[in-house]
Amino acid sequence: MSVANRPVHRPLSPHLQVYRPQLTSVLSILHRATGIALSVGALYLATWVVCAAGNAKVYQMFQDFNGSIAGRVVLGGWLFCIFYHLLNGIRHLFWDAGYGFELKDAYRSGWIVVAVSVIATAASWIVGLRLM
Amino acid sequence: MNGDLRTPLSRARGLGSAKDGLHHWWAQRLTAIALIPLVVWFAISLVMMTGAEQAVVRAWIGSPYVMVLLILTIVIGLHHGQLGMQVVIEDYVHNDGWKLALIVLVRFLAVFFGLAAVVAILRIGFGG
Repeated sequence: MSVANRPVHRPLSPHLQVYRPQLTSVLSILHRATGIALSVGALYLATWVVCAAGNAKVYQMFQDFNGSIAGRVVLGGWLFCIFYHLLNGIRHLFWDAGYGFELKDAYRSGWIVVAVSVIATAASWIVGLRLM
Repeated sequence: MNGDLRTPLSRARGLGSAKDGLHHWWAQRLTAIALIPLVVWFAISLVMMTGAEQAVVRAWIGSPYVMVLLILTIVIGLHHGQLGMQVVIEDYVHNDGWKLALIVLVRFLAVFFGLAAVVAILRIGFGG
């Protein structure tokens, strides 16, 4: 067997099917998922502004949806997405600047992001529901 | 020896980096930094306006500082979203035709919705 044909045993990239989920990888994919959700949400937000400029009937349809169970779930979910993506985005900016790469630091910042986004979401839900 | 590290085949094809990656990376970070204060302000404002009448919402949108901040939030937010969606499409869509079509579609949507929102905000603010 020539040198070129000999099988090489290089480390393979992680196969997601057999890979145990870790905080770091779960938060990473959650950043993408919330980013996609927020992109759709940005179109919804633009539509909301256009409806506010439109006639009362159109705006009422919009408000009726926002006040329905489905609307509350969507808006409440949107709030979690915004807080999570915001906080984890700040975590990413620190990495871009070269800070927080130690495994211990990555886990600590990850749990802080989870805790603060859950608290901020819960606080907004409480305030929002009281104002309804 | 020469300084070109590309393979002979790569040199013959003449295709290399489009040199656009750094601009994309930088624009994504710049819009991210700008969105930190804007999104905090916007999320708080939105929660405080839960269930508000249309007249209240219009008065809020039409006040001068809100017009400026809201236009910034929507335009920069859509730009940031478009850049992020482009990366997601480039990572997961492997068919070149679909990839290009989706990237173009996302950019067109961002520009269309962004302009529609800006026009609406200006109409409310200037009483159109």
